[in-house]
Amino acid sequence: MSDTVSGNSLIDHLLDSNLGSVDRAEEIVAEAATSMGFDEEDLHKIGIAIRECMVNAVAHGNRYSAKKKVRLQVWTDTGRLVVHIGDEGNGFEAVTVPDPLAQENLLKHSGRGLLMIQAFMDEFIVRKRDPAGTEVRLVKVLPPHKEF
Amino acid sequence: MSVKLTTRQVGDVTVIDANGRITLGEGSTTFRELIKELLAAGNKKILINMADITYIDSSGIGELVSSYTTTTNAAGALKLLSLGKRVKDLLQITKLYTVFETFEDEAAAVGSFS
Repeated sequence: MSDTVSGNSLIDHLLDSNLGSVDRAEEIVAEAATSMGFDEEDLHKIGIAIRECMVNAVAHGNRYSAKKKVRLQVWTDTGRLVVHIGDEGNGFEAVTVPDPLAQENLLKHSGRGLLMIQAFMDEFIVRKRDPAGTEVRLVKVLPPHKEF
Repeated sequence: MSVKLTTRQVGDVTVIDANGRITLGEGSTTFRELIKELLAAGNKKILINMADITYIDSSGIGELVSSYTTTTNAAGALKLLSLGKRVKDLLQITKLYTVFETFEDEAAAVGSFS
């Protein structure tokens, strides 16, 4: 199902494009974040952010294709949790997503995922992958008094 | 664990007790199916008890919004009861606290429909 390479501070997985991988990614990152000392509330926020990014990668990026993978990379050094999630889709421009806080969009069914990610993480960057696809970078900083 | 929904009647208000996670693939469509059934049966005053919702993602929030719009389009009313801190935070972040009427007390919530 996945190809795993682990180093001192890097976890690297290639995950299938299905909802099972969404759960798996959430578990992998939660384990890393727990080991760093994040509290329950931050773990919840990190979990939501990872889940939203994985759903975007699996469903919107790779469109559940069995031929496409999602790459999950996690670094846990220097008091920061850094996560990269990359898909092999057709690319994505965050600026094209309608503002979910605009009055005319409040009652739309979807379009709130990016907003929630931005609210829950300290850094969130979307960039194009080479040669194709989208990669997001998520960073959560461990509060100083919680650093091990 | 996907969401588990049970209904009970308090006067003319249908209370949905929701328990578990509302996420994509884990019961995110369960809400809209139940709401459609209730509306078809003529139950147009709906109160969702969120006290035992442990986790909700953007898909789950979307389902709540769809349930709300489906109900109001059918000349009904849908309100929320006993939101946990995490759900409250999400409603703040998404500005949906301006859409949903929310209550801490069930009797007050039920009374608000009349």
